[in-house]
Amino acid sequence: MRFFARRAVFYLFTAWAAITINFFLPRMMKGDPISAYLQKNQGKISPEAADALRTLFGLDTGKSLFEQYIDYWRLLLSGDLGRSFSHGLAPVTDVIGTALPWTVGLVGIATILSFIIGTAAGAIIGWRRGRASELAIPAANFFSSVPYFWMGLIAIAVFSSALGWFPASHAYSKGAHPGFTLEFIGDVIYHGTLPALTIVLASLGGWMLGMRNMMITVLDEDYITVAQAKGLSPARVVTRYAARNAMLPQLSSFALSLGFIVGGTLVMELVFSYPGVGKLLLDATNAKDYPLMQGLFLVITLAVLLANILADAAYAILDPRARQMEA
Amino acid sequence: MTIPTTTALEASEPEEPRVGISTLQRMGASFAMFRNRKSLTGLIILGVFVLIAVFGDLIAPYGPLDKDYTALKQPPTWQHLLGTTHMGEDIFSQIIYGTRGVLLVGFLAGILATAAAVAVGVASGMVAGWRSEALSALTNVFLVLPGLPLMIIIASQYDDPSLFLIAGVLALTGWAWGARVLRAQTMSLRDRDFVRAARANGEPLWRIITVEMLPNLMAIIASSFVGTVTAAVLGLTTLAFIGIIPITNLNWGTILFWAQQNGAFPDYWWWYVPAGLCIALLGMALALINFGIDEYVNPRLRSEGERARAQRKKGVTATSGVTAVRRTPSSPASSPHDETEASLV
Repeated sequence: MRFFARRAVFYLFTAWAAITINFFLPRMMKGDPISAYLQKNQGKISPEAADALRTLFGLDTGKSLFEQYIDYWRLLLSGDLGRSFSHGLAPVTDVIGTALPWTVGLVGIATILSFIIGTAAGAIIGWRRGRASELAIPAANFFSSVPYFWMGLIAIAVFSSALGWFPASHAYSKGAHPGFTLEFIGDVIYHGTLPALTIVLASLGGWMLGMRNMMITVLDEDYITVAQAKGLSPARVVTRYAARNAMLPQLSSFALSLGFIVGGTLVMELVFSYPGVGKLLLDATNAKDYPLMQGLFLVITLAVLLANILADAAYAILDPRARQMEA
Repeated sequence: MTIPTTTALEASEPEEPRVGISTLQRMGASFAMFRNRKSLTGLIILGVFVLIAVFGDLIAPYGPLDKDYTALKQPPTWQHLLGTTHMGEDIFSQIIYGTRGVLLVGFLAGILATAAAVAVGVASGMVAGWRSEALSALTNVFLVLPGLPLMIIIASQYDDPSLFLIAGVLALTGWAWGARVLRAQTMSLRDRDFVRAARANGEPLWRIITVEMLPNLMAIIASSFVGTVTAAVLGLTTLAFIGIIPITNLNWGTILFWAQQNGAFPDYWWWYVPAGLCIALLGMALALINFGIDEYVNPRLRSEGERARAQRKKGVTATSGVTAVRRTPSSPASSPHDETEASLV
């Protein structure tokens, strides 16, 4: 229990630090967002409204930094992330809420697929060490070295423009009506296939190499020799004895990669004009929409933090040594 | 390997001038991690890119922004080896000049991040108590901060970010992983006998760190340096492609930015394929160097494949000596000792 208490303290501290950095981030930047917004909408906003905006966004120069910080926390705890300039002053939480399911759905599925395929392939390659199947490693490594946006653009050029198999952008067809109909879901899957495939291809190599290296280390252990000496079938030795133990580090990096689902595929969403969180952040940056940027950064950071907690817990549950070492 | 060991023994005598020499030689010995086929291949490719970056002015046939209005969007010819852009700029020359920007920012970010990782990682591994915990917490905060979004937010605040600033931002988001690994390794080294002996001898702390520990950390430092450079190169080209880094900083990402802005996809392949392949090639080279280091640190990764191949050549499989389990009780069985030996050949 002491182990979990220590971790909890650590995560509380990290969350506090992340939120504080998030508070200071826009304040360190030169030029205040309200002026930029007012300049863009000159004449449309009265001076009184401009003052109200400043107060609303916590950029009231009359208040000290500390007071602003307290105000920021108060707003945060009541679930208020401010309002987005570029979305007609809609609450930031609503704007993020509409984008989040797209990212989590598409990238989540792609990450899980990539993890399963990569780990299975890595286990097989590690088991069949020294054979031609090892050639898959440099191939997968090539796809990990290629910049993702470039691969995405090439995929669009080949599969959308040249072959016309998949649509090049957006999450669903223009005329489609969002809803839980078979037709719409099919449309979403059709649009998501190409981006998902490129994500899987780009991230496969890491899983494969990690699993293969762990397999090779584990295969040298005595209990593997014993299992083989007992005459167990190779399939049983691989799955129940070798892969099972080699999986541990993979699982903890998988939990970590879940955190990067929210923010990590910004570039994919740019290339495929996918209406997710990453695209939202880019648009917010271009529009200098500070509250939205700040809110997105907070959501992305907290997602990573949450994944870290998950990884820690999974590791502690699966590997008793981790618990003992920390205690 | 024998020479550095003997000098290391001599160096433990308090003779100041010899310390520097032995440290140098020890450092030389720790370059052994690059003496394998994979690392060498990677280093050679990297070397070629460095040469291109240094002598870019001599190699490039045109200036990167020289415009040839008689040749717009032309496929590769002998005049323009990799074709031209919509403005008639020579893409081959752009790539050569772009190498400089990529390598400069990549290495600068790598050096900054590695320096930070070594300072924080080794320090938090050496000291104990709340100081160590505080440094570890700092590292973990930076591990949690998402890199690319942070880079975009910071870089977008400046109208004309300098190379140094870009490298700084890339380093800021890239140092934490190395620090975490170095901390763990330092903590495990701290309690080894040779470090304890050095401490018992009354060696000062800086000497324990630089002479006793650093050579043992070199492989991790090198691999975290290479990893940061890879991440920085990808980060830089991505930022340039998104359009956040100004076009005055010419690099491979900028070429792709222009290609996309001017509708090069999918028809004008010569405009966007070479730059992407260059990034991939550089990434592959860096990954190869790291594979070499991995195999140096964990020799099983290398020897295992060779051993398995050798065994198959001899016709030995892991289960070849294993007693076949048969339903009939009268099966002749070979001794179980034979098979364990066979599988361990």
